[in-house]
Amino acid sequence: MPNSNQATGQMADKFAIWKEKAYVYAQRILALPNDSFEKTVVVAFALCLVGAVLVSGSAVVLKPLQVSNKAADEKRNILEVVGMLEENTNVEEAFKKFETKLVDLESGDYTEFMNAESFDQRKASKDPGLSVEIPSDKDIAKIGRKSKLAKVYLVKEEGKVKAVILPVSGYGLWSTMHGFMALEGDGQTVIGLNLFDQAETPGLGGEVVNPNWKALWKGKKVYKESGEGDFQRKHHAEVGEPVLSLVKGSVDPSKPGAQHQVDGLAGATLTSNGVNNLVRYWLGSEGFAPYLAKLRAQRG
Amino acid sequence: MQAETKKVLLDPLVDNNPITLQVLGICSALAVTSQLSTALIMSLALTAVTACSSAGIAFIRNHVPSSIRIIAQMVIIASLVIVVDQILKAFAYDISKKLSVFVGLIITNCIVMGRAEAYAMKNPPLESFWDGIGNGLGYSLVLITVAVFRELFGSGKLLGMDIMPLVKDGGWYTPNGLLLLPPSAFFLIGLLIWVVRSWKPVQVEKADFSISHAVHGEAH
Repeated sequence: MPNSNQATGQMADKFAIWKEKAYVYAQRILALPNDSFEKTVVVAFALCLVGAVLVSGSAVVLKPLQVSNKAADEKRNILEVVGMLEENTNVEEAFKKFETKLVDLESGDYTEFMNAESFDQRKASKDPGLSVEIPSDKDIAKIGRKSKLAKVYLVKEEGKVKAVILPVSGYGLWSTMHGFMALEGDGQTVIGLNLFDQAETPGLGGEVVNPNWKALWKGKKVYKESGEGDFQRKHHAEVGEPVLSLVKGSVDPSKPGAQHQVDGLAGATLTSNGVNNLVRYWLGSEGFAPYLAKLRAQRG
Repeated sequence: MQAETKKVLLDPLVDNNPITLQVLGICSALAVTSQLSTALIMSLALTAVTACSSAGIAFIRNHVPSSIRIIAQMVIIASLVIVVDQILKAFAYDISKKLSVFVGLIITNCIVMGRAEAYAMKNPPLESFWDGIGNGLGYSLVLITVAVFRELFGSGKLLGMDIMPLVKDGGWYTPNGLLLLPPSAFFLIGLLIWVVRSWKPVQVEKADFSISHAVHGEAH
């Protein structure tokens, strides 16, 4: 094919000419005095170009690794909150037991509206199409907007839900704390609370990540149970608002209601309030209460 | 040449240490030294950035218009820092989470800018590279010393391994909580500067002025 050969030959010629021109121009620029206007512009532009290529190149090349790191980190935190993370746990292997589901927060039903695996709730809560603004009188967790759908994880054993992991978030003192709360299949007993993504004061509010404090949550009850005090009013179990809260000082296990109380964080009243509000919000009727009610009903 | 390389490499360790003598780069030294592992990674990141940016700046030093000199240096430094940050996020995710903003803040670390302006703008790339490594090591030395003290006496551990068992875990050591808070790094760096300057009195700065003593009868 002589024609195409000719064309590539022409292209190569043109390229060579351009290269020659660029070289000559570069020489001219380099020979200019440093403070000339043209050289300043060209040097600035060339530097920016090199910097941009370097930065975007590294971002693109390393992106897949970073994404998988982030996903693995989230999975590790989910395993931790249900107490399934041991020293040598293979995260991927252990995570196969988990079922990812999307929940419509308002109705409390599962939805197949989107792919649960790839759904990013935090991104969705900023998307006007997928989220709603929370009226300020109801926004006790101070998060502004919430996603209409929530991504929950289920651990099943012999077809029965053994644990459910709910994403929670709320404002502490300095930061919005993000994390997971794990409940047993009864939607009532706490397995754990893991607020892994937070920027509270290290040593004070930052103690929300302290394993000793996190261990206090295990076995606590979120809602009032039958036969317990004013349960007769019956507003708790059905649409129920959670009664689980942090208290100042330590919990006296002999007093009634101790199963609804967790020690507050010493020296971190505002973070403790934040955790309180976050629990009240996300386990309340604005959050997962409708879903948990259905979960309990399904269980029979 | 050999002697020069050795000099730029070893001088910043003690004789011309960027932290203890020049008192630069203090902010990150306070922030990332509560654990040895974060201090090590931070040292590594800063050394890499200082060395590469110095070499890069030295390479173009004869063609940088003086009117945009600082901006040109910043572009090189900032690009390198972002690359380092990306690499940490990809290969050392846990540590990069702990370092959080402080990797990004290497951009404004006075040591990097200081070396670019004071050395790399006047010297060839290879020497500038070694100068960057040397100053990075000087910074690392102080950071690691401070971090060893803070982690060992603040939480009884080194690199996360129990060295002194804590009372709350049934051991004998009661940790000093102050050492985990940023001010303790100030005290430690202050003490370190004191030690270094007592050892090498040359480093003691001359007083800017002296208070003249009142002659008897002069003060009324």
